[in-house]
Amino acid sequence: MHNKSVAELSRELESGKISSVELTQQFLDRLKQEDGKYNSFITISDEQALAEAKSADEMRSAGKATVWTGVPFAHKDIFCTNGVRTSCGSKMLENFVPPYDATVTEKFKAAGAVCLGKTNMDEFAMGSSNESSFFGAVTNPWGLSNGEKRVPGGSSGGSAAAVAARLVPAATGTDTGGSIRQPAALCSITGLKPTYGRVSRYGMIAFASSLDQGGPMARSAEDAALMMNVMAGFDPKDSTCIDRDVPDYTATLNEPLKGLRIGLPKEYFSDQLSPTMEAQVRNAVREYEKLGATVKDVSLPNANLAIAAYYVIAPAEASANLSRFDGVRYGYRCADPKDLMDMYTRTRAEGFGSEVKRRILVGSYALSAGYFDAYYLKAQKVRRLIQQDFINAFKEVDVLMSPVTPSPAFIQGEKTTDPVSMYLEDVFTIAINLAGIPAMSVPAGFVDGLPVGLQIIGDYFSEARLLNAAHQFQQVTDWHQREPQ
Amino acid sequence: MQWDIVIGLEIHVQLATKTKIFSGSSTAFGAEPNTQANAVDLAMPGTLPVPNEQAFRYAVMFGLATNAEIGRRSMFERKNYFYPDLPKGYQTTQLAQPIVGPGHVDIDLADGSSKRVRIHHAHLEEDAGKSLHEDYHGMSGIDLNRAGTPLIEVVTEPDMNTAEEAVAFAKKLHSLVTSLGICDGDMSQGSMRFDVNISLKPKGSETLGTRTETKNLNSFRFMEQAIAHEVERQMDILEDGGTITQETRLYNGDRDESRSMRSKEEANDYRYFPCPDLLPVEIDDAFIEDARARLPELPDARKARFKEQYGLNDYDAGVLSGDARLATFFEETMAHGKDAKLAANWIQGEFSARLNAEEKSVAESPISGAQLGALVTRIADNTVSSAGAKKVFEALWSGENDNVDAIIEAQGLKQVSDTGALESMVDEVLAGMPDQVAQYQGEEDPKKRKKMLGGFMGPLMKASKGQGNPKLFNEILVRKLGG
Repeated sequence: MHNKSVAELSRELESGKISSVELTQQFLDRLKQEDGKYNSFITISDEQALAEAKSADEMRSAGKATVWTGVPFAHKDIFCTNGVRTSCGSKMLENFVPPYDATVTEKFKAAGAVCLGKTNMDEFAMGSSNESSFFGAVTNPWGLSNGEKRVPGGSSGGSAAAVAARLVPAATGTDTGGSIRQPAALCSITGLKPTYGRVSRYGMIAFASSLDQGGPMARSAEDAALMMNVMAGFDPKDSTCIDRDVPDYTATLNEPLKGLRIGLPKEYFSDQLSPTMEAQVRNAVREYEKLGATVKDVSLPNANLAIAAYYVIAPAEASANLSRFDGVRYGYRCADPKDLMDMYTRTRAEGFGSEVKRRILVGSYALSAGYFDAYYLKAQKVRRLIQQDFINAFKEVDVLMSPVTPSPAFIQGEKTTDPVSMYLEDVFTIAINLAGIPAMSVPAGFVDGLPVGLQIIGDYFSEARLLNAAHQFQQVTDWHQREPQ
Repeated sequence: MQWDIVIGLEIHVQLATKTKIFSGSSTAFGAEPNTQANAVDLAMPGTLPVPNEQAFRYAVMFGLATNAEIGRRSMFERKNYFYPDLPKGYQTTQLAQPIVGPGHVDIDLADGSSKRVRIHHAHLEEDAGKSLHEDYHGMSGIDLNRAGTPLIEVVTEPDMNTAEEAVAFAKKLHSLVTSLGICDGDMSQGSMRFDVNISLKPKGSETLGTRTETKNLNSFRFMEQAIAHEVERQMDILEDGGTITQETRLYNGDRDESRSMRSKEEANDYRYFPCPDLLPVEIDDAFIEDARARLPELPDARKARFKEQYGLNDYDAGVLSGDARLATFFEETMAHGKDAKLAANWIQGEFSARLNAEEKSVAESPISGAQLGALVTRIADNTVSSAGAKKVFEALWSGENDNVDAIIEAQGLKQVSDTGALESMVDEVLAGMPDQVAQYQGEEDPKKRKKMLGGFMGPLMKASKGQGNPKLFNEILVRKLGG
């Protein structure tokens, strides 16, 4: 069962060959047995999962089943889950059990899906390797057979590793600068960062509010489309969520790609990209040509400014978003505070890890009197230029294709002492968040046994087209079906 | 040396919306601590703000009532600082693009002149919670019921030059927001709080002096005292050759003392930036016109109408139109009582004195306007004397009886106005006081005569068992004693 897709599991349940309780138990058993190798889960919520499975079986017998009813999956530990610990990968929330659900959580519950637990992540989603988690690093299932412990990418590294290792068929992720796409690429799974405002952020613990977006991580475009059917949609609890009709993302998966205009941004095929990676990406693009697409080079002239702008805007927003973790109302509080200032400083010094502290400091600096114009305002101007680059590109082409990462999964510990080289992991993904457009990562081959991702970038609200393009590619390739040994 | 005083005000006005500015929690005052704070108010992880449309409507109404430009595109920003009663670690407020732009308010001064005070802007923001410093086992308590209550902060230009002007402005603003119905005006509950910026400069000088800010004054009286206190403090320093430190001060009204809270150097760098959880709000013509259509009669128009419709003098019209609830009470009184001057005197006299003595608001008055109107009618038609009316008022206030005529009847307060009966009483009394009559008639000075007339009233009232109409007694006396 563990190798089946969401669509297949749904059909198994529908046929009555297996109940959700049985299926859930099988997945839980395997998860507990296997996850020692990956550390992809922070919390396994057996009790709640089995209870949800029981309700799912009842829902099905009552004739109220959806595609998701009874299907196991997992949430990134950034989505609040009523009654189940939500840590965001931090000591600060090590024992935090929210009394409410995120909107995304609610939607999966309403569909009858069964959440097995909460996946590991970089602390407060800050990182590209899943090494900043308070609950320990996650190991990529790829490379393990050579005895190498490689990073799964981050920040949604737990979700990516768990899906790649077949511990769950699908998991939610969030993407602020590449946190769905980069781990999806490094673990050879399919991930989608939707248009900003397509998926509600309510109950999704904020890193950088103007960039954060939840999205699906699964093994195929079809399963990602099934997730999007649950996740997408307007939420009155999120003022930045956009009130716009949600299509059935599975309905257009089989549209032919003939005439699809693909643009290759020349700035994304630069020296930063290793030649072997580039070869894999170009091979993938050739598959699209075989499917009837046309390809041309395009330019995103301000692409080189994206990392600099991002590392002002994201930390600035984070510095304020993380102020609420002050030890007053919930979460970690230092022992025996002498006075208020002592409580604040020690709570935050002890409760946050070093990457989080680095970003709070950078963000506070960028917003400080005397620096605000030079950093924050300048970065916002750059952001508009980057956005305009994409708008211009989409006048000429339907989608853009590029690599997701400059190189494959690296060995754990390799970049932990060099934050800038870590930040460069997101060089091809970050601009998409600044522009607010959707993009996918699709398995597109291997280099030295390590996965390579193809990034497909689309115009605002073009998720259905991206999923269609990914699905058609997956009909003629089997990269997404390869299993780590 | 002679000094010019320069005063500017910042006023926090709590908006009377049912729910908070960014969450659905109730804003009602006085609930058990933390029972009106939901996940959003507590800044639980992942929660997000959703703006309250009514708060925008109220702010726009305020802007229209103060002749202000309405900010067509307003934006919320985060003001970052740590305090236990500030759950998010930042206050969501407006800075660069406030909802209400420059406007003005005209105030009336005691000498009959009026003055224009310019408003720099007014912005929407959320209130913080409260820190309770009573002892909770050695710790402070935090009550977040107030956190997220919508406020408009009104910032004036430094256009006031005396405490009297500042208080007149504050009262005018109170009158405006209560008339608009956008604030309940209960200052004791913190519904309006004043920060006063004060500086001194040598008389006639163009250059402003260094200012101090005295924060969180919640009564007109404290405000007046705090200004007097701060002006004196600054004057003493300057006249001793010292300099004023730019600082925030706290005034203790009970002790008439102030102390420094923080100096400019200690001031926070609030690191304002646009709140990414809230999109800029566009206000269109339709929204403004809708708000305009909701504007009730404003204090200035009401004052003019009171003078015109009821023939009140400027002072009475000003007092009775100034407070929206007092104005409503007056009009209720007038609906049941004919004599406006009498009604005005009773409301400003007996009625207001009792409210003040019992620290009650007009809304809490045990007497209705209709009851007072009925009483005024009985005074005007001579049914009761003013002494009798006070007894009726007392009975109404205590709730002993709610009907004016019934009280007059039960307490035997009805005046005898039958001239025949009164005349015979006068004849009888005068017959019994021949010396006094002779004395009176021998007196040339009209003032003294008038005073001597009073000497007959006592016995007359006694003879009539207190029910004789004093006015009629007087007329008869004067006639009988020969002018």
